[in-house]
Amino acid sequence: MNRRSGTGYTGIPPWIYAIAAAGAVFVLLPLVAMVAKVNWPQFIPLITSESSLTALGLSLRTSTASTAACIVLGVPLALVLARSPFPGQRLLRAFVLLPLVLPPVVGGIALLYTFGRQGLLGKSLELAGIQIAFSTTAVVLAQTFVALPFLVVSLEGALRTAGNKYEAVAATLGARPSTVLRRVTIPLVLPGLAAGAVLSFARSLGEFGATLTFAGSLQGVTRTLPLEIYLQRETDADAAVALSLLLVAVAVAVVGLSYRRPRIGVAPEGAFR
Amino acid sequence: MTFELDATLAARGFEVSLRLGPAETIAILGPNGAGKSTLLSIISGLLRPDAGKAVLGGRVLFDLAADRHVWSAPHTRGTALLAQEALLFPHLSALDNVAFGPRSAGASSSAARETALHWLAEVDAGDLASRRPGQLSGGQAQRVAVARALAADPELLLLDEPMAALDIHAAPLLRRLLKRVLAGRRAIIITHDILDALMLADRVIVLEDGRISEAGPTREVLERPRSRFAAGLAGLNLVAGTVSDAGVTTAQGMVVAGHQDGTLGRGQEGVAVFAPSAVSVFLTEEHGSPRNSFPVKITDLEPHGDQIRVHAGGLSADITPAASADLGLTPGMTVYFVIKAAAIAIYPA
Repeated sequence: MNRRSGTGYTGIPPWIYAIAAAGAVFVLLPLVAMVAKVNWPQFIPLITSESSLTALGLSLRTSTASTAACIVLGVPLALVLARSPFPGQRLLRAFVLLPLVLPPVVGGIALLYTFGRQGLLGKSLELAGIQIAFSTTAVVLAQTFVALPFLVVSLEGALRTAGNKYEAVAATLGARPSTVLRRVTIPLVLPGLAAGAVLSFARSLGEFGATLTFAGSLQGVTRTLPLEIYLQRETDADAAVALSLLLVAVAVAVVGLSYRRPRIGVAPEGAFR
Repeated sequence: MTFELDATLAARGFEVSLRLGPAETIAILGPNGAGKSTLLSIISGLLRPDAGKAVLGGRVLFDLAADRHVWSAPHTRGTALLAQEALLFPHLSALDNVAFGPRSAGASSSAARETALHWLAEVDAGDLASRRPGQLSGGQAQRVAVARALAADPELLLLDEPMAALDIHAAPLLRRLLKRVLAGRRAIIITHDILDALMLADRVIVLEDGRISEAGPTREVLERPRSRFAAGLAGLNLVAGTVSDAGVTTAQGMVVAGHQDGTLGRGQEGVAVFAPSAVSVFLTEEHGSPRNSFPVKITDLEPHGDQIRVHAGGLSADITPAASADLGLTPGMTVYFVIKAAAIAIYPA
């Protein structure tokens, strides 16, 4: 955006623009460097090789599944955290947000001790004939584990901003709580929910550490695109760079498409911001 | 088929009892923080009192005591709430907003639409049906909100200062509309405006510090206010104290002589009430016999119609601008407020 095009006073001192530009360069330069390194004549064959396509397909499928899982688990969590005060709420929030600051490898180890063969739940699951570790399910669990906080944080913020005035009015108009949730609460926070879901998807797509630790790297089963890139880097740098660019492209496409304008569900003039 | 409420909420110093007939509208008046919104929140089920009971048309809304815990959820109460802001659901059209209540009650979408169109027409907003709330002016939005509340077919309509957020052109329109739709309905309206009480309510209740300080038919409360707040609304001066042969004696020892009710007993709590127009202002003490003369310090002067209203010592006097100029009145000056005893009504508090 051209900063001279605005007619209003921005209140930003000029030197801020210089630092902001440096920040933008810091983020963009590595991408440029990577693009410069791409072996263009070989680009299409590299990204359409069987192993690449398998990894990409697996990444998209598992990320979609874990985003769905994040919505199913995260919406109630965000509602409980934003709406009903209860003892231990701050503690619960802290634990829900823990994966944000936890190294993913640690998350993977924790998941292994929960769902692995000798794990807390894994033993009982094993007896029931269900084996989770080192399966595609494990990939989805690992991704959900690291991506869930993104959805909870954006949705809780949206819920708090929206307040509960509309819900109160809906209740006095005779709507039972489930109706209020479906017809008022969710539509009001849909932009926040969408933003959270996009972030969760993007985080799932890039998940590496927890996946490698908890799910391993089996081609077609648990080897997602980031794992494939890491593996290729050892043997075929060109392939790694090409796949990296592919991952960037997919991520940019997803985020770009969802962030065009947050106008989902709510009229732009609406009270919700 | 009455509405009865007794509720106490210690944390807010709230303790109120009231009864409401089937087609009666009462206005709740009171200063900020008196507990007016608390009252509506308790009735609508958004706030739980410590103890009390409420019955609406034979249904128990809540019955709370040490050994009883009956509490019905807001959506089962039939008490639609209309607030200062219209709070139309921003993602729904005006029509869908109004249809929300009937839909929630289980009506089919076509029946709910029918009901919504009826109520939109009733509030002269039929042409706004397809608009989004963001495309409505404040007055239009509030009209749609009235339709939405009425479409829910509430047994008791709760209005929390519905005119307060509207501009001076939109408010009279909505007031007329409310007068029309509230006729024959049971409603409680919180207001700051005496006009709302006069036009819309059969009775008024004055709430101060979480308690009812005065209640009665609107006209009676305005003509013979017993609380300082009601007197202020009616534009009257009120001095409270103990009745003696001389008149009303305040806690500070000021004696106000006036025309007394025959039924007044000596030593009883009483109030002396008089209009600001009955007060004359002098720079020196006057010595006429049937007169009250009080030295007071002027706090403020403000235009009031074609008069100047002089606020002093918690009382007010209306004088002409010319008189004000002649006397050279300024805030901080000490003057004498002089009132003929015949212009002061004294009756029980």
